[in-house]
Amino acid sequence: MSNTQKEWPLWEVFIRSKQGLEHKHCGSLHAVDAAQALQMARDVYTRRQEGVSIWVVPSSAITASAPDDKGELFDPAGDKIYRHPTFYRIPDEVGHM
Amino acid sequence: MYTQALDLPDGGVTKPVALADTTQAGPQARFDATVDSDGRIEPQDWMPEAYRKTLVRQISQHAHSEIVGMLPEGNWISRAPSLKRKAILIAKVQDEGGHGLYLYSAAETLGTSRDEMLDALHSGRAKYSSIFNYPTLNWADVGVIGWLVDGAAIMNQIPLCRCSYGPYARAMIRICKEESFHQRQGYEALLTMMQGSAAQRAMVQDAVNRWWWPVLAMFGPPDADSLHSGQSMRWGIKRISNDDLRQRFVDATVPQAKVLGVTLPDPDLTWNEERQHYDYGAIDWDEFWATVNGNGPCNRERLATRVKAHNDGQWVRDAALAHAEKQRHRAMKEAA
Repeated sequence: MSNTQKEWPLWEVFIRSKQGLEHKHCGSLHAVDAAQALQMARDVYTRRQEGVSIWVVPSSAITASAPDDKGELFDPAGDKIYRHPTFYRIPDEVGHM
Repeated sequence: MYTQALDLPDGGVTKPVALADTTQAGPQARFDATVDSDGRIEPQDWMPEAYRKTLVRQISQHAHSEIVGMLPEGNWISRAPSLKRKAILIAKVQDEGGHGLYLYSAAETLGTSRDEMLDALHSGRAKYSSIFNYPTLNWADVGVIGWLVDGAAIMNQIPLCRCSYGPYARAMIRICKEESFHQRQGYEALLTMMQGSAAQRAMVQDAVNRWWWPVLAMFGPPDADSLHSGQSMRWGIKRISNDDLRQRFVDATVPQAKVLGVTLPDPDLTWNEERQHYDYGAIDWDEFWATVNGNGPCNRERLATRVKAHNDGQWVRDAALAHAEKQRHRAMKEAA
């Protein structure tokens, strides 16, 4: 489309739903700058008190792993069950450990 | 929020796309396996071109329906009968705008731009829900839209929360959470009117009479005539057929109408003991297709209002962009 370059840049929005929890990705929006992105994120994603804090990040600033690398990146952890506490048998009388 | 036959073909010629591209046997097999095991497809994953196209068409039609849906109700904000009803209506219309935004964002993850989608809407190439081409003649219409139109939309949208395309499913979860308020506020507004004067009760009945059939048509053509349904089901985009959703809606609505004290304008509406469902009369599909194809009561007005709003806002979008650009330059100069 001819006017696509006039589109406002895309931002990713992260919301902390309550104090003590992490910010979580909740969606994206178009805005001209960070201040406007925050304002719009507040209007669009927190109309029902869904958040106490907002992060906005230019979508272009995010580097993502490629789907084709999924196997290479994540499969090696599949057979390392000794990394989980349930791998180890401990006598019952020891109790919680 | 409102969806209907979301698989309606848009204007223009869509080339049929081969379902299985044989040169892509590996990724196609992986895609099929994911969809068959009820997994989710994410934006960067390989997907068949036809799947991508179907989603872009469906999600953008859905988004268009949200923002065009703001118009019939927006008409009543300045004429709401009390401050309370006005605040509720503003909140609802704002929600619809938000729902449109969630959906446009989901569609953009498929590689289409916001401008392209809006251009398709404004030029009349893209469809939106036919229901918004009917007028809102009196205040009771606002209540009936909440009760019946949003009620039908919820019926349609809940299965979409399990759609195979991740961003669409996530948008739908968010939307469905907010949608229940829309239906309940409408029903409650009607209950209040039904406790009023005979004239108010007559307004409610009149609105129900006008909206009932267009609402039933919202679920889209009968299964036998539904163009893309089979493929959409196979892909895990659509989960429940048009006719099944319509039946669920009728079954849920009849008791609600009874509590409200209105009749539904269908002499054939009767409980079928054998089927354990309500039977209902024939839907006027000629009217539905006329409305979908641009000849409903308000098609021209809705589109013209939408285009005018967009054009009138152009200078604001340009100015905001120019201002941000100037700020950036200034900051760079100060840093230098």
